[in-house]
Amino acid sequence: MSSAILLENVTKNFNDFTAVNELSFEVKAGDIYGFLGPNGSGKSTTLRMIMALIKPTSGSIRLFGQSLQENRSEIMRKIGCIIEKPDFYGYLSAKENMKLFARAHLLTYTTKQYDDLFSLVGLKGRELDKVKTFSHGMKQRLGLAQALIHDPELIILDEPNTGLDPQGIIDLRNLIMTLNKERGKTILFSSHILSEVQEICSNMVVINKGKVVVQGGVSDLLSHENLTVKLEVVNPLTTAVVLRQSKWAGMIESQEEKLFVFKMGKTEIPEMVDYLSQHQLGIERIDYRNQLEDYFLKITNA
Amino acid sequence: MKEFFAILKNELIKTIRRPRSYIGFAVISFICLMLQGAFYQDGRELLTTVTAQFDNIFNVQGNILNGNLICFIVLQTLIVQMPLLVAFVTGDQISGETASGSIRFLLTTPASRTKIVVAKWLSGLVYTLLLLLVLGIFALFVSRAIFGVGDLMAMNSEGLTIIRADDINWRWGYAFLIAFLSLSVVASLSTMLSCIMDNSITPIVTVMATIIIFTIIGMFDMKSFDVIKPFLFTTHMISWRSLFEDPLPVHDILTSCAILFLHVVIFLGVAIFYFKRKDITN
Repeated sequence: MSSAILLENVTKNFNDFTAVNELSFEVKAGDIYGFLGPNGSGKSTTLRMIMALIKPTSGSIRLFGQSLQENRSEIMRKIGCIIEKPDFYGYLSAKENMKLFARAHLLTYTTKQYDDLFSLVGLKGRELDKVKTFSHGMKQRLGLAQALIHDPELIILDEPNTGLDPQGIIDLRNLIMTLNKERGKTILFSSHILSEVQEICSNMVVINKGKVVVQGGVSDLLSHENLTVKLEVVNPLTTAVVLRQSKWAGMIESQEEKLFVFKMGKTEIPEMVDYLSQHQLGIERIDYRNQLEDYFLKITNA
Repeated sequence: MKEFFAILKNELIKTIRRPRSYIGFAVISFICLMLQGAFYQDGRELLTTVTAQFDNIFNVQGNILNGNLICFIVLQTLIVQMPLLVAFVTGDQISGETASGSIRFLLTTPASRTKIVVAKWLSGLVYTLLLLLVLGIFALFVSRAIFGVGDLMAMNSEGLTIIRADDINWRWGYAFLIAFLSLSVVASLSTMLSCIMDNSITPIVTVMATIIIFTIIGMFDMKSFDVIKPFLFTTHMISWRSLFEDPLPVHDILTSCAILFLHVVIFLGVAIFYFKRKDITN
């Protein structure tokens, strides 16, 4: 697969503050790539650099094998994006806003094409309303229409679920999958919510404080082979004795009063629960996360 | 070029559709009609008082309260307000979009930043031209329709000049051209500040503050001010009045036009230079 986005050692400083620090990652053409990080981690700055809204202090950005700095106009014809909240001209209707964007791309859309576009994003019937009357979710849908109007090869979506209702989130997820599977679009999907990325992305990069924390295949990174399992029991003393004589003794990471923490695969969990119930030991609560989820929870809480 | 004209068309549509664009037209129409109404009511009395001081030198005959005089007075009155009306629209063109976030919408199109700034600047000039057109229609043509045509008695730095009615139309044409060039300087300054600043109010206020400061400097005959006066665009913004002098100070008018044009080039150049390097962070 060819490369759609290639960032090499990209750094962005705002005076003394380093927003993005030596960031490198590659998005292959045809991929749905997750770009994950807590708020303030440098995601939006990175996306803005990819969209040429911000100039990197150092490093190189290549899209479709071309330097962004040298081939901006050509590259922009192939990219559609929503950067943070989509903002439009409130005094114009949704359709008039789209006409402006179509004209800027030298496109002449027919009425039917506009109808199809508004149907696709769930705004059919509202296209003649002024954008200032739109809710945030509707603006988000219009942002998606704007990102798709010129049929781009690469779609960059920065927190696109923000402001959408649950049905809107499902619709968007389905639309992303359709665009990728049926139309072969490459999608860079940014979010600060791991589960959103987990559901639709095949590969991902996690950044924090402008630096890459981890990157790779979503299935590998979120594997269920090495989970952190937290077990809260009714009778900690007896449970400790029983567990230390079992095959799970070596998997105990720590014990603090009623809470036991294990490192184990997902398949081990029901087996251990059975074993404890056979010994008539009660369980109050059990939950599990993999290392990445655990780490992500820590940095987002921080 | 096709791309540039597409962007320019977008900018013109936005200017036309923005409610604030119509404030300028409303203000100009109102001021013109208000002054015409006042002169229709009390103008003759006022002119009798003014011309009384010349009674022992020469005899004033004919229709001196005519459309040409009203237009001359309106233009002198509006020279302070017109830059504000121009800045009100052009000062917001880029900074307003930066503040609202819609600038991202523009900058993620294939058009280069230079084309975007030039398109916005040009749409600002078209708006300025339309303002002057409305001013011309109301101040000159409506005034002539109400008060009739006659010789213009123009008071200027040299004293009283009388311009014959059959020798005035070309002067008005050039006067409006110079007024357009003067307001283009204001539009270019607004565009430049709009590129630099990230909110819509500050460029407008800064343009007005600049004009007020420069005008005050121009009002005082002091040696320290005299050094900088020739370089201030406000000094040359009133050069349209020189067209109503006899003999015509052609050299002075051309020098003023050249200086005004140079200001336009410098302000637009700085705007493009700055905007090409600007990080869009909001």
